[in-house]
Amino acid sequence: MHEMSICISIVESLEQMIKTNNYKGIKKVWLEIGVFSGVEVEALKFSFEAAICNTIINHAQLEIIEKPAKAWCFICGENVIIKQRYDSCPKCDSNQLTVTNGEELKIKQVMIKE
Amino acid sequence: MCTVCGCSEDSEKDHHHHGHHYGQNSAGLHIAGMSQEKIIQVEMDILAKNNSYAANNRAFFLKNGVLTLNLVSSPGSGKTSILEKSLIDLHDKLDLRVIEGDQQTTQDADRINKTGVKAIQVNTGKGCHLDAHMVKHTFDELDIKKNSLLFIENVGNLVCPSAFDLGEYAKVVILSVTEGEDKPLKYPDMFAASDLMILNKIDLLPYVDFNVDKCINYAKKINPKIQILQLSATSGEGMGLWYKWLEAHMNIVKMLQVNSQNNT
Repeated sequence: MHEMSICISIVESLEQMIKTNNYKGIKKVWLEIGVFSGVEVEALKFSFEAAICNTIINHAQLEIIEKPAKAWCFICGENVIIKQRYDSCPKCDSNQLTVTNGEELKIKQVMIKE
Repeated sequence: MCTVCGCSEDSEKDHHHHGHHYGQNSAGLHIAGMSQEKIIQVEMDILAKNNSYAANNRAFFLKNGVLTLNLVSSPGSGKTSILEKSLIDLHDKLDLRVIEGDQQTTQDADRINKTGVKAIQVNTGKGCHLDAHMVKHTFDELDIKKNSLLFIENVGNLVCPSAFDLGEYAKVVILSVTEGEDKPLKYPDMFAASDLMILNKIDLLPYVDFNVDKCINYAKKINPKIQILQLSATSGEGMGLWYKWLEAHMNIVKMLQVNSQNNT
């Protein structure tokens, strides 16, 4: 359940952002979560609700953008989409893939009140 | 034709009334003194705070030439037993320190302290992993020496600790032959994040149904660069290679330390 610590980090970052920029509040936050980030999206949504309670971003909406995993194939030189770390290349079936995307864990954008 | 501005209606899809930037709230208007909403691009790493603590820890380890290893595994794979055996065998030759992460109790730190090596217990309470900030807090009390070896025994959990950089030189994942050989496939993030896999309890291989070759293939499938050592902390078999691995990497850390001093 490290989703809870992740949500607490998000809340801390947003609180800092509000303070630094003198925003009135945050209405909505968009997160980019890669499928290899080790985060369970449902658990993240559940934890987010709990983490924002009694904070200045109470009632903020959450939108999650799930990012697919991509890899580069050493054999066919293509950038391919994979579902699991152990997938072989969907084009040439080689196992020589280097994962290039899918570990994203980012606050993409926020809707602020000013 | 649009009666407001005279533009062609067939461009309805991108009809530019929405893009006149009077104000970017839902009404498209800005009234002086009223608050409005605005979307701000952030592009911020969620773990930025942990990563900045980790970067500070890493700089501290580099400056002091400390080889720091983050030991991760599921509960019961023998992390503490490997540590105990290693500390007993190495504490005459090396300066050693241990950070023990567990949810509760000081039992592991007590076991380590009995070997004569200084260990600090960090209880994460309800947390399922150590983070870089917790690690930083142990530095003063641990009295970490230059060119020493620091083991961080993470909470027994093959999932969460993979996401939290502690500033370590490498993650070492420990898997025992009493577990399933397919664990690298089931918990791929941890095996992808680790530099070394230790296959422990090999003295039990005759009694269990565990296919070593299959396990190694699975691990390499997830992480082609992963190095693998097979050993038993109980019988001592294979421990020599592990000590050689430690020695080699302590030398690398020393070289990195010298390099960083020359560059500053």
